[in-house]
Amino acid sequence: MRLNESIVISAPPTLVWDYLAEPSNYLHFMSGITRWEVAGEQRTGLGARYRMLIRVGSAEVGGLIEIVEWDERRDMAWSSVLGVDQRGRWRLRELDDGRTRVELRFAYGVAGSGIPGWIAELVSAPQLGGHLRRSLRQLKRQVEHERMRADAAQRRAERNLA
Amino acid sequence: MADQEGLAEQAKRNGGESGGEDGALRDRLAAFDGIARAGGSVVRAGQSAAGEFAGGLAARIRRSLTADLDDRDPDYIRESLPLTWLLTTLWFRGEVRNMGNVPEQGPVLLVANHSGGNMTPDTLLFTLAFYTYFGVERAFYQLAHNLVLASPVGQILRRYGTVAASPEHAQRALDAGAALLVYPGGDWEVHLPIWERHKVDFANRQGFVRLALDAGVPIVPVVSIGGQETALFLSHGGRLARALRVDRTLRLKVIPISLALPWGVNVGDLLGHIPLPAKITVEVLAPIDVRAQFGNEPDVGEVYDHVTNLMQETLETLAAERRFPVIG
Repeated sequence: MRLNESIVISAPPTLVWDYLAEPSNYLHFMSGITRWEVAGEQRTGLGARYRMLIRVGSAEVGGLIEIVEWDERRDMAWSSVLGVDQRGRWRLRELDDGRTRVELRFAYGVAGSGIPGWIAELVSAPQLGGHLRRSLRQLKRQVEHERMRADAAQRRAERNLA
Repeated sequence: MADQEGLAEQAKRNGGESGGEDGALRDRLAAFDGIARAGGSVVRAGQSAAGEFAGGLAARIRRSLTADLDDRDPDYIRESLPLTWLLTTLWFRGEVRNMGNVPEQGPVLLVANHSGGNMTPDTLLFTLAFYTYFGVERAFYQLAHNLVLASPVGQILRRYGTVAASPEHAQRALDAGAALLVYPGGDWEVHLPIWERHKVDFANRQGFVRLALDAGVPIVPVVSIGGQETALFLSHGGRLARALRVDRTLRLKVIPISLALPWGVNVGDLLGHIPLPAKITVEVLAPIDVRAQFGNEPDVGEVYDHVTNLMQETLETLAAERRFPVIG
């Protein structure tokens, strides 16, 4: 099953990227996530690994994932190492007016699980889709709030200098 | 056979191998002999099939009493998780709380209350939760009654990590560094009558405390609610079990009586039942390091009381959250 959601954030890609690259932020903005921990020495970047869990139906599902693509301010993709099969991608594209279009792609399943697996994917899709939409809305809120704070701090600094 | 000898005698009297009527008689004899041989083959085949069946059953029961930890099959578990997830999500609206209380690694003894008759939806839900939380790679075993493992579903359970309940098997699993789920209340508690559904009743079975002490592992209590609402359990049938002596022959302390689908009145629950879609909630409590909390030579009874009291309090809290039976 493949899910795809997107949103436009009133902030440049750099700000959005910086927020997404920090693993400690995921518990704050990702809906349904109950665990997002760094696994190993590498905290971020290509090859970084995380133990993540998301609540779906009666269980917390997830496993160990690894960042497999890291194109700064544009694309970040991950793939599962252990647990339920999953691939995810953050896709950031700058719009003409300085805003950023953020797309979240998420594909999941259990290889070899047959018809029950297919039904489980269909049944879980609405809940997971809701998690993705809420996550994007929360990401937008957080990043835009960060931007407002940064702008306010800059204005204060300018006033103090004047 | 007597008829065959009689016919042979008559054939002899009639001149043996001469033609005419004698020949017809010989043909009849040959035909009878053929039928007799065919009958003998059928009987031998039947005896052979019955022997194979009995042998197979005996082998299955023998096998159920031994624990081969290697029977656990992580790939099989992983591939069947979606089906378990569908059942526990859609039918039982399952919810597991605080799985993070289970230590991340190392051996641990998970002590749970048991409910739901022979269908035990709480086990299904907790097993799913454990494997999705920690991954199928983490060794996890569950102890079950011998008869459960000897039943047709025993082979599936074995691949899920279920082994016959015995102190030796439990010790072996913990020594292997695995997480082990035990239900001290076993067949007694799983068939508690409906009016005792909010009661933790281990029937004073304290072996799990000794097991944790011997293995030096923490105890993690696991409390579940809702399983006892999947049928209308009326009686343990403990007296009936004693009267029929199955408590000695089959280690069955109960012959439960319930009202359950599709049977109506269900005696024994040996064939299971269709569980009502009761909401199942499981809560995992904080680990108990027995020696750290009760000293180097702890009193087993005191630890038992502590664990069961904690579980009883949690069960009552969970019961207070439920507004209606089955619906939750």
